[in-house]
Order: sequence, then structure tokens, then C-alpha cells
Amino acid sequence: MSLALQRSRSPITGRVVRTRRISVRLDGRAIGLSGVLAAAIVAIGCWSISVGDFPIPISEVVRAVFATASDDAEFIVQTLRLPRVLTAIMVGAAFAISGGIFQSLANNPLASPDIVGFNSGAALGAVFMIVLVEGAGSLEVSFGAIVGGVGTAVLVYVFAYKRGVHGYRLILVGIGIGFAVSAVVNYLITRAQIYEAQRAAVWLTGSLNGRGWEHVRPVGFGLLVLVPIAAVLARRLRLLELGPDTAAALGVRVGRARLGLVLVGIALAALATASAGPIAFIALVSPPIARRLVRSPGFTLVPTALVGALLTVTADLVARRIMAPTELPVGIATAVIGAPYLLWLLTREIRTGAM
Amino acid sequence: MALAEARVRVAEPVGSAAGGIGRRRALRLAGLVAASGLLVFVVLLSLAVGAKPIPLGTVIHSFTGFDGSNDHLVVRELRLPRTLVGVLVGAALGLAGALMQAITRNPLADPGLLGVNAGASLAVVIGISMFGLGSLSAYVWLAFFGAAVTSVVVYALGSMGRGGATPVRLALAGAALSALLGALTSAVVLLDQATLDQFRFWVVGSLAGRDQDVLVQVLPFIVVGLVVGLGCARPLNALGLGEETARALGTRVGWTRAATALSVTLLCGAATAACGPIGFIGLVVPLAARAVVGPDQRWLLPYSAVIGPIVLLVCDVVGRVIARPSEVQVGIMTAAIGGPAFVLLVRRVRMAQL
Repeated sequence: MSLALQRSRSPITGRVVRTRRISVRLDGRAIGLSGVLAAAIVAIGCWSISVGDFPIPISEVVRAVFATASDDAEFIVQTLRLPRVLTAIMVGAAFAISGGIFQSLANNPLASPDIVGFNSGAALGAVFMIVLVEGAGSLEVSFGAIVGGVGTAVLVYVFAYKRGVHGYRLILVGIGIGFAVSAVVNYLITRAQIYEAQRAAVWLTGSLNGRGWEHVRPVGFGLLVLVPIAAVLARRLRLLELGPDTAAALGVRVGRARLGLVLVGIALAALATASAGPIAFIALVSPPIARRLVRSPGFTLVPTALVGALLTVTADLVARRIMAPTELPVGIATAVIGAPYLLWLLTREIRTGAM
Repeated sequence: MALAEARVRVAEPVGSAAGGIGRRRALRLAGLVAASGLLVFVVLLSLAVGAKPIPLGTVIHSFTGFDGSNDHLVVRELRLPRTLVGVLVGAALGLAGALMQAITRNPLADPGLLGVNAGASLAVVIGISMFGLGSLSAYVWLAFFGAAVTSVVVYALGSMGRGGATPVRLALAGAALSALLGALTSAVVLLDQATLDQFRFWVVGSLAGRDQDVLVQVLPFIVVGLVVGLGCARPLNALGLGEETARALGTRVGWTRAATALSVTLLCGAATAACGPIGFIGLVVPLAARAVVGPDQRWLLPYSAVIGPIVLLVCDVVGRVIARPSEVQVGIMTAAIGGPAFVLLVRRVRMAQL
């Protein structure tokens, strides 16, 4: 499906700062926008920490974050709500960057790590742990998701390989293996005890319920490693967006750059899926929203990550409070927000006559 | 059979005299007859195999000379309706997939693309959760209703604006609506454990326990869908040349698309209603049929409608014996067997033929 591909290539804006060795383009709009987005994330995050069964005033929230509040508030903020909000922010950023990488690589606004079967494999790993391994905790489930997702992606690559990886064959093999893997997931769910089936269903929707510091630390560490790599590779990604021939002419080693980007994209998706399950639509909608806000023709790392983080934090707040005291998984809220986005994309394409 | 025929077809000089075309037609007809024969054999197999194996002779005898014995009762009361539902559903899914791929001109199109499965699932979940429905024949109406409403909405969304319902618009509208309905379905299921406990067995797709009532309920829809769908073969051939060429050849493009969409909705809606969503048949069977007979819809559509039930029944039979004394649902078996088979097919067949 090739829609919305004819982006208008706006003239390059911003100010270029040159030293003897490097030159950097500073886009005032992107920087200002990132500031606004970051402020919004902090604001929504504080709001999300303050509401709940035990409401805490915003002023108390700020004090509790720096551990000078009353014992109750400090416990609730430090142990329960702050790590959840931090997980939401980081998971959202990881999904968004991963989605942006895959969409730019495939030059297709609907691309995601799922084209190599990642999500169905992660689901198999997680559900396997939930259903078949006695007393599997969240750590084991996360581990299962990573092994399953990465293993399936490797399997798809291996089976698609026949004197090189052909794009169309990769997609077809991804579909075939994805179906088989999903069949096993369904089988496990029909064989499970009902409470295991329910836990699996929650995981498959994507949920941030009960996320603590044990989730924040690995994701934070992973992002510290992966985001700088993504930032370095993003430059090549923007050149690849011009087409492989042009990129090669501009000095990009296309094969290596693609492989590196795919690996970083999958690693980010694995990290996020392991901590929160496959939250729908964040990877799909964040990159184009960021692109539109920045008015950039290509992939922009920081705004994309911030949009993803903001969407996830907001969706989690909505999912927690909309049927309070029952907490819905965040994946339901993101799907309810994301589906109209797809419809809007559709009507816009129809209006502009692109389809 | 299929391979031999494909080899003959390749060996034929392209554009030979009328005699060559006549021979090709005879071969294709023979292939279709052979496939139908295979279907009859698979039907007998499906009647014979199960928790209690019944010899083929006894199976045939239960129709020629019914004596009311246990074996005869099992065949006629339990296995026959189930097998016939399997034949109908397999034919419906195979044909619906072929139609969907023809109308979208995309070999990866799947009948679920119009949101039929998502709509049926949500309707069933609401029926279980809010109205406490629990019987298979109640699910049939719910699922059919949900599927029909969803595909009408998808079609309406896809036809907004100038130019009418193009395949890409339909696909996007279907994907968007499926996502939304899927989220609502999960919300209901996650909040209601009892519903999840029923829904998880329906949603994998199964032929188990489908009796005469279910058969009678879906029969008219599938028959109408089959007739309408098979009747679309010629205009779809023209459409395959591109919209403008089809118009120039006198095809009514809008009518053809509407009739095809109606047929897909009837077939896929009824199939999902009878068995729950079964994913893989609609995608893979038409691809396999295309590898055998090529892109001519007049052959592709009937071949898909015959290969579909063969694949479905074989998967069902395997599912019955693989985990004795319990069963593995046919929806799981089709994907578990079909997935790897599809991968092998993709590696073997040249991409141009897909």
C-alpha cells in the first residue's frame, strides 16, 4: 500500500552551526516543539501520579518525587505510581522510535516490526511462560517475550533468505510464520486455566498495571544504550529515505545501514514489548504525528520519541481512570485513539485525491 | 495431479492453435473433476475418523442401509452435519478469498480485510456478556449480524468521496474498523472472566459440535454467495486488466465490485458464523489454486471453492486424531499446517506466479 508517500519536500529550515570537524543543523521549530512536548509529558505525568483511589495533590506529588512528603504519599508515589509513569514514558518512546525506523526503511506508513513476525513471536514467548511455566513472574514473561520475538524474527529472515532477502518474499514468509505462531498462541490459550487465559489476554492487549522499579531499570538502561545508536543511524536513515541508489551515491553503505537500523528497531520494540506487552498503534501513529508537527520531510528522532511518550502516558491515564476503580489495560485506550487516526488518514487521502 | 498439470501447462507452446486451448480446457476440467473426487474421499474420511474410528464400509452402509446401530447413528447424526458444515465453510472461505484477491488485485488480500471477523467477534462477545447467550445456533445469528453490519460500514466508509470504493480505501477502512472493534472486544472480555471463558473457544474457529441446526442456518447464505461469486468470474477477468480497460470492454465496474463485496460478505459472514473466525484458508487456498490454474477467474474461482473444503476437512481430521481423546480446533490446525506449507510455497514458486 503506497499512500501518503508523496510528502512535500519542504525547504531545509533552521540554522547550521559549523565547527571545523562537524556541522549540525539546529531546527528551531523542532527544538521548541520538543520543549513543549517534554513539558506536556511532565504535566500529564504529574497529573497521572496525583489521581487514583488515593488522590494526592500536585504540590504533594512534586515533594514526594524528591522524597520529602508524608509517608503515605511518598510510598504511593515512589513505589506505585512514579515507576508506572516512567515505564509508560520510556516504553512509548521506544515503540515510537522503532515504528519510525521501520516506516522510513520500508517507505510505507503502515510498516512495523511485525512484518518480520516480531509481535506474534513475542506473544508466543509470553503466553508460553504464562500458561506452561508454573509460577512465572513478570521477569520470566518479559524474557519469554524477548526470546520469542527475536527468535521468530530470525526464523522469518532465515526462511526468506534465498540468494539475498527479497522484500516481497520477506513479507509473505512473515505472514506464513506469523499465522503458524499465532495458532500455537491460540492453542495455548484454549488449553490454559481461565485465570492464566485472562493474564495472557491482558498481556496481549498491552498493560502497564503494576509496573515497578524492576521494569524501569532495564528499560532505562536499554534506552541509554539504544537511543544514541539510533541517533547516529538516523542520519543514514534520512539519506535512505531518498532511495537506496541516491543514498549509496551519497556515501551510505546501504546493506550495512539497513541491517543496523533493523537491529536497533527490533531491539527497541523488544525492550518495550517485554515491559508492557504489545501496546497497539503507538509505533504506527507517533512518527507521522511528529513529522507533521515538526514539518520535517523525514524521520526526526527526538520529537518522535516524545510524541510516543506523551501518547502512552496520556492513554494510560485515560485507561486507568475511565472505568475507575477498574483499571483497563493501556492497549485498549491506544487502540481507541489509534483507529480513528487511521480513519482520518483515510478520509484525508480521499480528499486530496491521493488514492 | 496438480504438479503434473502445471508441468503440462508450462510445456505447451504459448499461443498455439485452437487445439492447444481446447486441450488445456479439457485438462483443467479433468483437474477439477479429480479435485472433486478427492473432496468426496476426504468427506468419507471425515465421516470415518474420530474418537471412535468407524470402517469406511460401515460409513457407506449407514447411508445405503441404515439400521439404527450406534456406529450408524454417530455417522448420520454427529459426523455428517459437522462434515457438511466443513464442506460449506471451506468452499465459502476459499471462494471468498479468491474473490477478495481478484477485486483488490492483491494476492495478499484476505476475506477478513473487510472487518468481517472483528465485527462477528464483537457481536458474539456482546451476546455472551450482556444477553447471556451460550448456544452455537445463537452465535450464528449474532456473528452473521455483526459481520454484515461491519462490512456495510466498511463499504460505506470506503466509498466516501469521489471515485467510489477502491480496494485500497476498503482495506484501510477495514483495518481501522477492525482495530477499533478488536479493542472493544478485548475491553469486554477483560472485564468479564465468564465471557472470556466461552469466547476463547469460539474465537479459534472450530467445527466441533456443529449440528443440523447450524447447517440449515448458514446454508442459504452460502449458496447465494457461491452463486453470485462464481457468476462474477467474467467481469472480474476484465477488471484484472485494469479499471479503464474493463470499462472499455463493457464491464460495469461499480456493479462488479458491489456484487463481489456482497458475495464475500455472505460467504465470509456465514462461514464465521458457523465456525468462528478461521484465518488461513481464504489467503492460502486461492494462492495455491492460482499456482495450478493461473489467473483466469473462470477456473480460479471454482478451483478455490473445491480446494478450500479439502484443506479444511483434512485439517479437521488431523485435529481429531492428533490429541486423542480430545481435539485440536480446526482453526488452529489450518494455521499450524497452512503456515509452514505457505512458507514452502513462497520459497518454491516464482514470485511472478503469486
